Amino acid sequence: MSMNRRELLAQSGKFILLTGAAAAAWDYIVEGRAEAAPTYKTTDHWWAMVIDIDKCIGCGNCVNACATENNVPEGFFRTWVERYHIEHWDSEPQVDSPNGGKDGFPEKYQGGAKSFFVPKLCNHCADSPCVQVCPVGATFVTPDGVVLVDEKYCLGCRYCVQACPYGCRFINPAKNTAEKCTLCYHRITQGLTTACCESCPTSARQLADLKNPRDPVHEFLRTHSVQVLKPHMATHAKVFYKGLDGSVR
Amino acid sequence: MKEKWKDAEHLIRVALLFICGLVLFVVVRHFVVPAGFGQYGHYRPQALGEIAARPISFAGRDTCAMCHDDEFKMKQAGKHAGVGCEACHGALAAHADDPSKLVPKKPDTAVLCVRCHEANTAKPKNFPQVNSKEHSGGAACGTCHQPHSPAMGK
Repeated sequence: MSMNRRELLAQSGKFILLTGAAAAAWDYIVEGRAEAAPTYKTTDHWWAMVIDIDKCIGCGNCVNACATENNVPEGFFRTWVERYHIEHWDSEPQVDSPNGGKDGFPEKYQGGAKSFFVPKLCNHCADSPCVQVCPVGATFVTPDGVVLVDEKYCLGCRYCVQACPYGCRFINPAKNTAEKCTLCYHRITQGLTTACCESCPTSARQLADLKNPRDPVHEFLRTHSVQVLKPHMATHAKVFYKGLDGSVR
Repeated sequence: MKEKWKDAEHLIRVALLFICGLVLFVVVRHFVVPAGFGQYGHYRPQALGEIAARPISFAGRDTCAMCHDDEFKMKQAGKHAGVGCEACHGALAAHADDPSKLVPKKPDTAVLCVRCHEANTAKPKNFPQVNSKEHSGGAACGTCHQPHSPAMGK
């Protein structure tokens, strides 16, 4: 077979282009679904958390459990506990969180109008500002309502760290990627509760599945006054606080 | 036939160039964009599976109860019914996987109990709190109390 240069180029061009397109089509066909657990259906769940301020004793068990479960680097927190102290009813609250509350709270105040603990974590907002600002699609809301970070795609640009109104994100110094509470996604997809809820001695924290009609959260939300943090931000936060004081920011 | 297209040749060249560019774009996009991108949204769907596959450290109280039934029943009958085993004993999924590999140390009641029960103004008023120095004079709580069912006289 004789062939001039023009024919060769045309033929090889066709070959490369067609196999490329065919490969793309084939990949699309064989790719299938991406989920790991076969019995877990993401669309059957809508995860949230309820926190009972009146039950939190500031022991720091949740902070320790989270650090153990998720290898959170020292000095950074995916969940932490704040102590609010209000000296007079109309004074500004004093807030402290020594080492995130990991080692408990040594007595610091005498008397005063009121003091209480506020555990904090990612609010897993349904309309999350951190998701909106991510330039590469490395952070997202899953179909089951958990805000996650894709470590492999995160550039470490810190947009999300700035965007989070709750200060829940940080840059992992070893990986240089954004990190935050995953609501123990590796546990809840197995039917376990989160590490913080598991180790909370007073059940101040409760994992809740808003799509599960048998979840006691529905009864809880119906019979108690609950509040989310910074509702004016319209983030549709899913961490519900019972007994939250108006001074909490 | 050739005559007919002669005046449009310059347009055909541009069109071909455009098609080549388009094909190049499609091919490059195929290799650059991860598979399944956009299946759930503007992100890589495989990330869900990767995050869900991370190992666990806390086995959960139900797992503990499978073997340590006596202690669990005692705990459930007492004041500490709501407290998870690993809240005091630490993360023990490795122990649940292979009990001989990781043998947990018994927690020291002198250090452990005060984490929750040391008096603090910020703690809820209905939570049982003591000033440990006055209460026991430094003796370990386990001297008098049984941690699994802590009420006195049991």
